[in-house]
Amino acid sequence: MLEIKNLHVKADGKEILRGIDLKVNAGEVHSIMGPNGSGKSTLAQVIAGRESYEITDGEVIYQGKDLLEMAPEDRARQGIFLAFQYPVEIPGVSNTYFLKAALNALRKERGEEEVDAMDFLALIKEKMKLLGMDETLISRPVNEGFSGGEKKRNEIFQMVVLEPKLAILDETDSGLDIDALKIVAAGVNSLRSPERSFIVVTHYQRMLNYIVPDAVHVLYEGRIVKSGGKELALELEEKGYTWLEDKTAAAVNS
Amino acid sequence: MSTETQKIEELANQEYKYGFYTDIETDSAPPGLNEDIIRLISGKKKEPEFMLKWRLKAYKHWLTMKEPTWANVHYGPIDYQSIVYYSAPKRKEDGPQSLDEVDPQLLETYKKLGIPLEEQELLAGVAVDAVFDSVSVATTFKEKLGELGIIFCPFSEAVQDHPDLVKKYLGSVVPHTDNFFASLNSAVFSDGSFVYIPEGVRCPMELSTYFRINAKNTGQFERTLIIADKGSYVSYLEGCTAPMRDENQLHAAVVELIALDDAQIKYSTIQNWYPGDEEGKGGIYNFVTKRGKCLGRNSKISWTQVETGAAITWKYPGVLLIGDNSIGEFYSVALTKNWQQADTGTKMIHIGKNTRSNVVSKGISAGHGQNTYRGLIRISKSATGARNYTQCDSMLLGDQCGAHTFPYIEIKNSTAQMEHEASTSKVGEDQIFYCQSRGLSAEDAVSMIVNGFCKKVFKELPMEFAVEAQKLLSVNLEGSVG
Repeated sequence: MLEIKNLHVKADGKEILRGIDLKVNAGEVHSIMGPNGSGKSTLAQVIAGRESYEITDGEVIYQGKDLLEMAPEDRARQGIFLAFQYPVEIPGVSNTYFLKAALNALRKERGEEEVDAMDFLALIKEKMKLLGMDETLISRPVNEGFSGGEKKRNEIFQMVVLEPKLAILDETDSGLDIDALKIVAAGVNSLRSPERSFIVVTHYQRMLNYIVPDAVHVLYEGRIVKSGGKELALELEEKGYTWLEDKTAAAVNS
Repeated sequence: MSTETQKIEELANQEYKYGFYTDIETDSAPPGLNEDIIRLISGKKKEPEFMLKWRLKAYKHWLTMKEPTWANVHYGPIDYQSIVYYSAPKRKEDGPQSLDEVDPQLLETYKKLGIPLEEQELLAGVAVDAVFDSVSVATTFKEKLGELGIIFCPFSEAVQDHPDLVKKYLGSVVPHTDNFFASLNSAVFSDGSFVYIPEGVRCPMELSTYFRINAKNTGQFERTLIIADKGSYVSYLEGCTAPMRDENQLHAAVVELIALDDAQIKYSTIQNWYPGDEEGKGGIYNFVTKRGKCLGRNSKISWTQVETGAAITWKYPGVLLIGDNSIGEFYSVALTKNWQQADTGTKMIHIGKNTRSNVVSKGISAGHGQNTYRGLIRISKSATGARNYTQCDSMLLGDQCGAHTFPYIEIKNSTAQMEHEASTSKVGEDQIFYCQSRGLSAEDAVSMIVNGFCKKVFKELPMEFAVEAQKLLSVNLEGSVG
């Protein structure tokens, strides 16, 4: 599905990612963990196509294609979805209108007809129920006046409607209470299938109790310093990131 | 009658026809402005004495005035003596003979806006031989309106048929001394629209379709007068989304609205004059004076405008709130791109008790466009309990454009309640990227974001117009993102 090789990325002249290698197969859930400023969000944004980053080396192959050559909207149309850490507000544009335009852009790419209004309404009603969303949210402008939790839930709502092939969740769990977290996880799990992959970026192991990963990677100072199974998350939870700091320091010194 | 005589008669008729046209052609006045020209205009229109006197008064006053320079717009000097102030309608033969001869770019825009073929021909100035349906449609409308006592006709016709109404109200809102461009208009105005809604009548249709069809020769100096008698209601739509071909660079229109007790006037404009090319060459100067007078108690006047065209826009539709409890509203979207400049806003003059005004202005600048909001809220001593709400937002696309705000507030009564909100935002990379990451192109994203930004204004437009306005904005925004 996705293969990242030796990816180096700079932002404002500073190197943020310093040689990332990562392979995500179809059907897998990978979790990326790490302390603040380790480059997790940068990695998520680079995959989605944010142009403000400078890619200095490496490559990203998505479904056999050079992802870095593709415009962000083309990546989306090819099935990549990013659930934003800080979803943006678009005043005056209703959630329904926005989501319908997005869905139709994807359908057009696949050579399908535009979804008709009634079918769309039925679809979003069903998905809203799944996520326990307040029905008024859907007619309100995109993310405007939403609470932090509502914004995050709205991201997952968009995801379940758009049904991506590769979904990247950028700290979707932060700022959610336990009930909201369970709902979000249920949304993600409802999409899990052998054809679909997830990259779950998080600080905390908590989320991984509900979205059980196939692999956990620890990002530290722009590199993946450790990879393992779901137990790694527990180990991190217990020992904290300083444990890694010591390890890396030792590695550098030796 | 022998066939020969028939032929001769036909020929004679033809001769007459052509002769008639030629006659009008040679009637065009030489460039320049003086008393004789004004007498000529008035004479050609067979105006009654009072009109000529009024025009001359305005002209004499205009001579004492200077072109205003306070607006935040820049343009070269206008030579008022090089303008032709009276010319007969152009001969059909002079225009393009079919759409094939029209600038393909213009046609492309028409197509995007979904304008029917017949209307495209009309707008592009194609010689349309057949007198098509519009005339009969117009007549039907006119009959229907006539049954209700509504007068809706060209201004020149109103001068002939309803001189008392014209005499009573012309210049009662925008006097002939008002400002440089209004005075010029008063002296030389060619034609325009006249509307009178009698007491208690609710005009059953938007006065739009009719206007659109009849706006073939919108002059350089238009004059519109709308009177809503007690308890009446009218919604008037001006302009259309299609870019119109026009040879005249200077446009100085005047619109006067009068609302008597409990009357309501809703005036909506979509302005899409030629804005000049990408280098800023050419384009219409749109120097307009629009004002409404809420003369009666509980009366209401609403201005809604979508200004996307013209090289320079200079326009402040205002309301004089004289009647107690009267309401004035101003909703505006102004888009400037390339080298367009707009200095626009409103004047709300509170005179009566418990008068209210509501102002929502949305300015969008792209390219090298400069967009200025200029608004005056004046609460007079007599206006006890007056209230105003002003919201004025600017949006910038790119870093070469500008947004400026000049709010003027004058309060002479301490019971006034004022609210003013202003914001400036850049269409953020964040917003565009968010939309892109959901599969929308950058261009669609900008169009969506800008339309969202303008929603509060579009909502005030009649349904059909609102849809057109959205489309228009999207078409005009094309190529605004690099």
